[in-house]
Amino acid sequence: MRTAVIADDSAFVRKAARVILEALGFDCREARNGRETLDICHEDMPTLLLLDWEMPELDGIGVATTLRAEPGRGPIILFCSTHNDLDHIQQALSAGSDEYVMKPFDRTILEDKLRSIGLVN
Amino acid sequence: MSGATEALRCFVRNRAGINLGADKDYLVVSRLKPQLSSWDVTSLDGLAERLRAQPKGALADQVIAALTINETLWFRDSKPFDLLRTVILPELVTRKATDRSFAIWSAACSTGQEVYSIAMTLREEEAQLRGLRATILGSDICEPVLARARTGIYTQFEVQRGLPVQRLVRYFEDLGGEWRVRPELRSGIEFRALNLLDLPLNIGPFDIVFCRNVLIYFELDVKRNVLSALAARTKPGGYLILGGAETTLGLTTAFSPVPGTAGIYRRTT
Repeated sequence: MRTAVIADDSAFVRKAARVILEALGFDCREARNGRETLDICHEDMPTLLLLDWEMPELDGIGVATTLRAEPGRGPIILFCSTHNDLDHIQQALSAGSDEYVMKPFDRTILEDKLRSIGLVN
Repeated sequence: MSGATEALRCFVRNRAGINLGADKDYLVVSRLKPQLSSWDVTSLDGLAERLRAQPKGALADQVIAALTINETLWFRDSKPFDLLRTVILPELVTRKATDRSFAIWSAACSTGQEVYSIAMTLREEEAQLRGLRATILGSDICEPVLARARTGIYTQFEVQRGLPVQRLVRYFEDLGGEWRVRPELRSGIEFRALNLLDLPLNIGPFDIVFCRNVLIYFELDVKRNVLSALAARTKPGGYLILGGAETTLGLTTAFSPVPGTAGIYRRTT
């Protein structure tokens, strides 16, 4: 089964993302900060990491950079942030993000993004 | 539902060939009612009456724009763009030994996403095109959506529908909340209001025609007429790309399917 880690310090966003991803067939786990995200990923690497930018302890860029520096394939990283400008998007791509969702998002956007990276048909 | 919705469905069928069945009455109501006051009428009956008196003009165009389905996204269905890259362009390049240009038509382009998706594909295939230059015509029945297509400006929501972020970064300018297609991608593109039921003779002929998810809204005889009009504007050996649920089979012999592909046809000679 495809697995996803939803990393966001907002419980509301985590819940909204979980509802959408579960409907698309993902088995979801949640992380509330960057450290927890790395711990959960290291325990069992997910197919997809939906990654917020601003999080306590370690931000999304720190998480992406750490995971990309490690051996192995790592997850497909889908940044999901309110930093909706070109500079931030480029920074996320440089840190190893595969795609970028600008908040606010809905099922349509998330599904289109997952389709474009080949995770849903 | 009232006679007004029937009259309005009839109006769109006659003017744009789009067949909205009685089950689409809700669409007529939900899309037109909010705009009634801006058209200075108080009811759908009043609107139908105005259109009977004036079946052409700004009001008629706005009603057609409101009732035609404008949903569009970047690289919609992805397959046609893959086939453009891997099947159509390689064949065109070998055939265009002397004529160094080719013409593409996106025949129902709405707000322009298909046109710019084609332009991006061509830009990414520059090496295989070996200097071959393309012009792209984007047309739609609705001038208001074409006006948006010409600006090349899209909302944050729109640029996230089917457009990989790497292409957003490469081909768009950040306007702060909105995104604009870069001028270099917009060059060589023209947008023009055209009704597929009433095409002028002086357009084309084209090497590649995209006409996707349009025929599905037409009745059988209208489909035949539109395909015949498209054939007259497609070069012999040129390509027609239809939507996944559309076909030329049984409707015309002017196009034949390209073996091993879905939705791609060639103009017979």
